[in-house]
Amino acid sequence: MNEGWLALLQQAFSLLLSLDPDVWSIISVSFSVSFAALLITLIPSIVLGFLLASYQFPGRWFVTNIVQTLQSIPTVVIGLLAYLLLTRNGPMGDLRWLFTQQGMILGQMMICAPVLIALSQAAFSSIDRRAWETARTLGASWQRAIWTVCRELRVPLLLAIIASFSRILTEVGCSMMVGGNILHHTRNIPTAIALETSKGDFAQAIALGLVLLILAIVINFAVGSLRGKAMPRSQ
Amino acid sequence: MFNLKSGLTTVLSVALLSSTMMSATVNAAEVIKLATTTSTDNSGLLRAILPTFEAESGYQVQVIATGTGKALKLARQGDVDVVMTHAPAAEAKFVNEGYGTTPRGIMENDFVVLGPKADPAKMSGSKDVVEAFKKIATTENTFISRGDNSGTNMKELAIWKQASVTPDFSGYTSIGQGMGKTLLMANEKQAYTLTDRGTFVAYKAKLDLTITFEGGEQLANPYQIMLINAEKYPDLNHQGAKALSDWFISPKAQQMINDFKVQGEQLFKATYN
Repeated sequence: MNEGWLALLQQAFSLLLSLDPDVWSIISVSFSVSFAALLITLIPSIVLGFLLASYQFPGRWFVTNIVQTLQSIPTVVIGLLAYLLLTRNGPMGDLRWLFTQQGMILGQMMICAPVLIALSQAAFSSIDRRAWETARTLGASWQRAIWTVCRELRVPLLLAIIASFSRILTEVGCSMMVGGNILHHTRNIPTAIALETSKGDFAQAIALGLVLLILAIVINFAVGSLRGKAMPRSQ
Repeated sequence: MFNLKSGLTTVLSVALLSSTMMSATVNAAEVIKLATTTSTDNSGLLRAILPTFEAESGYQVQVIATGTGKALKLARQGDVDVVMTHAPAAEAKFVNEGYGTTPRGIMENDFVVLGPKADPAKMSGSKDVVEAFKKIATTENTFISRGDNSGTNMKELAIWKQASVTPDFSGYTSIGQGMGKTLLMANEKQAYTLTDRGTFVAYKAKLDLTITFEGGEQLANPYQIMLINAEKYPDLNHQGAKALSDWFISPKAQQMINDFKVQGEQLFKATYN
């Protein structure tokens, strides 16, 4: 390295603080795509997690294991799957979603849904079934009853949401494949870091890395304080 | 207990010994790190000819394929032993600033403009590539740019400059990826793009695109191999780098470059004489 670390860090901070339009366009693409993917998958995934945790039905064991497996598939494989679905001659080719933000959202939904389902299933399994049954027998509609249970479980559910969001916000494989890293359109933080590093321009890569790092620190401290509050009572 | 201990010690020392021996077999002096461009790698040229050099010289060449910009940057930082790229202006700067030495033009191929078979910009029959590019901009057709500081990307930007077009018209798409991925995206979007002929021929079977413009001296694409200044980075494998550079200009290697064909087409023309 013939550029000193300090000089690079200085450049990175000045890029962030001077509100460099390219850097902020990348950050906004990252957040808007990942938020959209999270919002669309949120309710269905939590409902499915609830069903898997609360009801016996044929195929339940199978679905649970599939969801668990999907959690551990590398994001590039999911990217490949989404690519094959969306490519011109693929089953969804007529949508023309390949290399668009819609395509990225679809890919990220496929990544975050299994994490959300599995973690919310674990959360719902942890609560006494009687809470749900009591709410129902007291005449609450099922939506209302689920809402009561969710409020009871807000900490583990919030952790599930954060975990799935951080997974899609930081994944590079699927975004690169399906989004195509188009400037001002589908270039998000991870793909931009990959590109700037491959060009040998480290300042912007570091600036974007700092954004993710700061976010990770904030989220982890928030989660840490949540976990602290959610500690079980001592035996 | 004592037996177990001594057994463990034996196993550990054997493991340590064998690992040091393993690392000794790939001696640093025998490895040459070559930074080059995705076009030489994607086309398969290096995979076809380097094994011959390795067998003759006993060196092992490790190819780092990236864009020209990054390849020269790696060379500037002393992260590789030798560099082969195709961007005359950037290479001249690299040599003049004292990082590179002994630049040798070893071969050339050419760039072509690809586009949909229907040629919506009506560029075929243009007098030169500048006029062809102007037509893409005025008809607002989609153009996929590599946007990764590669030799091809620098060439493309130079052509826009000659055409006095600022590449920010609505169809201009900068994707920051290698040649292969750029071709696949141009195919998906049925868009225009600039590519080196080598990568195009290698991908031809997968593409529903055609050459909409070719020829003219602006589209010539010469490749140079350069050594790295030993005064700046004394600890690199300069001997290996020189051996590789010398081999590339030998009549035998030049012949192999000319003989290299993909799907029956010659991709590179050897130019060192």
